[in-house]
Amino acid sequence: MKHVFSGLLAIAVALLAALPAFPAEPSPENRLSAVFQAIEANQPEVALKRVDALIRDHPNFRLAHLVRGDLLLARSRPLQTFGNVAKTVPQERIADLREEALARLHAQRERPSEDRLPRLILQLHPEQKHVLVVDSRRSRLYVFANANGRPRLIADYYVTLGKNGMEKTREGDQKTPIGVYHVTANLPRQKLTDFYGSGAFPINYPNEWDRRRGRNGHGIWLHGTPSAVYSRPPRASDGCIVLSNPDLQTVGAYMQVGLTPVIIADEIEWSDAAAVEAERSSLAAAFEQWRADWESRDAGRYLSHYSGRFSAGGQDLAAWGVHKRAVNAGKNWVKVKLSRVSMFGYPREREFVVVTFDQNYRSNNLANVMRKRQYWVKEAGQWKILYEGAA
Amino acid sequence: MLNSDAPRLGLRLALFALLSAAFFAPASRADDLQDATKFLKSGQHQQAMERVNKVLASKPRDPQARFLKGLIYTEQGNTKDALDVFTKLTQDYPELPEPYNNLAVIYASQGQYEKARTALEQSIRTHPSYATAYENLGDVYAKLASQAYDKALQLDSSNAGAQNKLSLVRELVGGPSQVAIAREPAKPAVVLAQKPAAPTAPKAPVPAEASAADGSAEIVAALNGWAEAWSKKDADAYLAYYAREFKTPGGESRSDWEKARRARIAAPKSISVSVTTPKVTMTGPNQANVTFRQAYRSDVLKTSSTKTIIMTKNDGRWQIAQEKSGS
Repeated sequence: MKHVFSGLLAIAVALLAALPAFPAEPSPENRLSAVFQAIEANQPEVALKRVDALIRDHPNFRLAHLVRGDLLLARSRPLQTFGNVAKTVPQERIADLREEALARLHAQRERPSEDRLPRLILQLHPEQKHVLVVDSRRSRLYVFANANGRPRLIADYYVTLGKNGMEKTREGDQKTPIGVYHVTANLPRQKLTDFYGSGAFPINYPNEWDRRRGRNGHGIWLHGTPSAVYSRPPRASDGCIVLSNPDLQTVGAYMQVGLTPVIIADEIEWSDAAAVEAERSSLAAAFEQWRADWESRDAGRYLSHYSGRFSAGGQDLAAWGVHKRAVNAGKNWVKVKLSRVSMFGYPREREFVVVTFDQNYRSNNLANVMRKRQYWVKEAGQWKILYEGAA
Repeated sequence: MLNSDAPRLGLRLALFALLSAAFFAPASRADDLQDATKFLKSGQHQQAMERVNKVLASKPRDPQARFLKGLIYTEQGNTKDALDVFTKLTQDYPELPEPYNNLAVIYASQGQYEKARTALEQSIRTHPSYATAYENLGDVYAKLASQAYDKALQLDSSNAGAQNKLSLVRELVGGPSQVAIAREPAKPAVVLAQKPAAPTAPKAPVPAEASAADGSAEIVAALNGWAEAWSKKDADAYLAYYAREFKTPGGESRSDWEKARRARIAAPKSISVSVTTPKVTMTGPNQANVTFRQAYRSDVLKTSSTKTIIMTKNDGRWQIAQEKSGS
C-alpha cells in the first residue's frame, strides 16, 4: 500500500520528526499535518476522513483539496507524485501547492528548541509586547512575546512573500525587503478591498538604512488574503507579507502601531542566551559611553563614537564634527537620559545593530525630548555610529 | 449520458448476475422476464415494460422484475423513476449489490459522485468480491480526485468534468473481471453463454506466445497483433482485426461502431494494451473461443480485465467475430 502514496510519503518521510503537541484548537495547518501523519501510518481511510473534515471547515484551503485529490486517486490507481493531477494544467500551480505543503510541514515538524533565542533580538524595551521575525526560507512568521526583556516564541505562521524573492531595492521589483522595520499603521478591513482580507499593517520600508543605500518603493504591508482564498503560495505577493485571514487577525491583536518591530531575514538564526547577552552588553557599554561622553562636553571623545562612514541628514562626519563642536562651545552643562532602548541586529549585515530609544536632553540653553534611532556597526572591534536621527 | 458505455456495462453486468437467479423461477414468470430482457436489448422499451408489469401485477415485490423495470426506465432516460426503483430495491433487498451499483451509475451520470461513491461502497459491502462495483468505484474515485484537483487549482470543473467522464467511461468496455462471474456460477442459458473463466488466482503474467497451445499459435499471434495495433493507435490496423460479420456490442451498425472506436482510440495521448494468459478453445476448424487477461493503460486510465472473444478464420486470417464479455 505504501507505494501508492509514494508522492505524499516522499514529503512526509523526508521530514520525520516528533510532532509537537497541538494546541487546544488545532489550526488548519495542524490538521493538515495530522492528515500526513495518517498517510505515514498507512491509514489512508483516516487521512481521507481528516482531510474531508478540514475541507468542510476551510473550503478555500486549496492545498487540502490537492491532498484530498491524491487520497481519492490513490484508490483508483497508484500515485506517481504528490499532486498527481492528470489534466494538463499549468505546472507552476501544482508546484506552488507542493512548496506550500513543504513549507507548512517543515514548520510543523521542525520546532526550535526552547532554550534557543533569535540572535537578532538583543534587547526589547518594556512597552514592546511582541516582536515579529520573518524567516523567508521557511515562509514563516515567528511571534515572540517580551518576557521580562527576553523574547519567548509564542506562535508562528505560514506566510506568502514576494514573487521575485527577497531584498527589495526598487519600486515594482516584487521583492520583500530584508531589514529591521516596525509597524506604522493599522488599516481595518473596512478601508481595504477584499484583496487584503482581514486587515493590513504597513511597515516603514524604506527605512533610513534602505534610503541611504538608494533603495526605493513603498507600500510593504502585512495583510490577509482575499475571501475566496485560504492561503497563497509561498512566493506570490508583490513584496508584502501575506497571512491567512484568521492568522492575520491573531497577529493583529499583538500589533502596537509605531512600536512592534518586524524583522525580515533570510533565515532566523538561533543562538544561546549567553551569546546574545554578550553581544547586547558589549553594545550597551558603548552606548552608555557615548551618552557619558556627550555629557562630558569633550567633543573629541564624543565624536570618537562615530564611524568614518557616518552620515545623517545630509551631513558627513566632518560636517557633523564642525556642527557638534560649535554647539558644545555654548554649553556649560549637558544632561542626557536614555530610556526605552531596543536593540536589534540587522539581517544580512555583520555586527550591525539598530538602536531605538527615548532621549531626554537638557542643557543650560536647550532641553528636548525625542525618540531617536541609531545604526551601530563594529569597526576594528569598536562599536561606531553609522547613522543617527529622529525615529 | 446514460447511453455512454460504462453505465450500460454496469447495468448489463448487474442484469446478468441478477437474472442468473431467475433460472429457478416458475416458467411463465421466467419467460416473461426473458422476453422483457430481449425487448429491452432490442430497444423495444414499451413491450419490455408490459412484460415486466405483467409479472409485477402478480408479484409486486419480485426483485428481478423490479430490477428490469429500473433498467427500462434507465434506458428510456427516465432517471427519476429509475432512481426510485433502484433505491427501493436497496431498501427491500439490501443484500443485493446490483441495485446499489446501478444507483451509482445513475448518480455518476448526473455528476453526483459523492452519492455514487456511497452507493458503490454499499454494493461492495454487501458483496466484497463484486468486481463491477470495484471498477465503477475506481472511476468514481478518479472523478472525485479530479474535482478535488480542480478545486485545488481553481479550475472550472463543469466543462472539463464531462469530457473527463467520457474518456473514463469509454475504456471500461473491457468486460467483467473473473471475480464477478465466479461470484455467481453463471447459468449457461442466461444472457451470456460464457463459461466461468479461468481461475482468478494471481498468475505471473506470461507472454502470450509462451502460453499458447499448439495449433493456437496463429490465433495468439493475431491477438497480439490486434493489441499492438491498438497500442500504436493505428485504428485502420486495429479495425482490420474485426471480421466482416463482427457483432457490434450494442447492436449498432458497423460504421457507427467503427466511428466510435476510432474516436476512442484517437482520444488518449498514449495507449498500451497487453494480452496475457490467453486460453484458446477450438470450437470448430475455423472458429475458437479465446479468454485472456487484457491490461489497458492510457494517459487517462488504467484497467485490467478478463475478456472472452470468438475468433473466426476468414481467408486464412484469424479475426474477431464477437467480444462476448462486456456486450
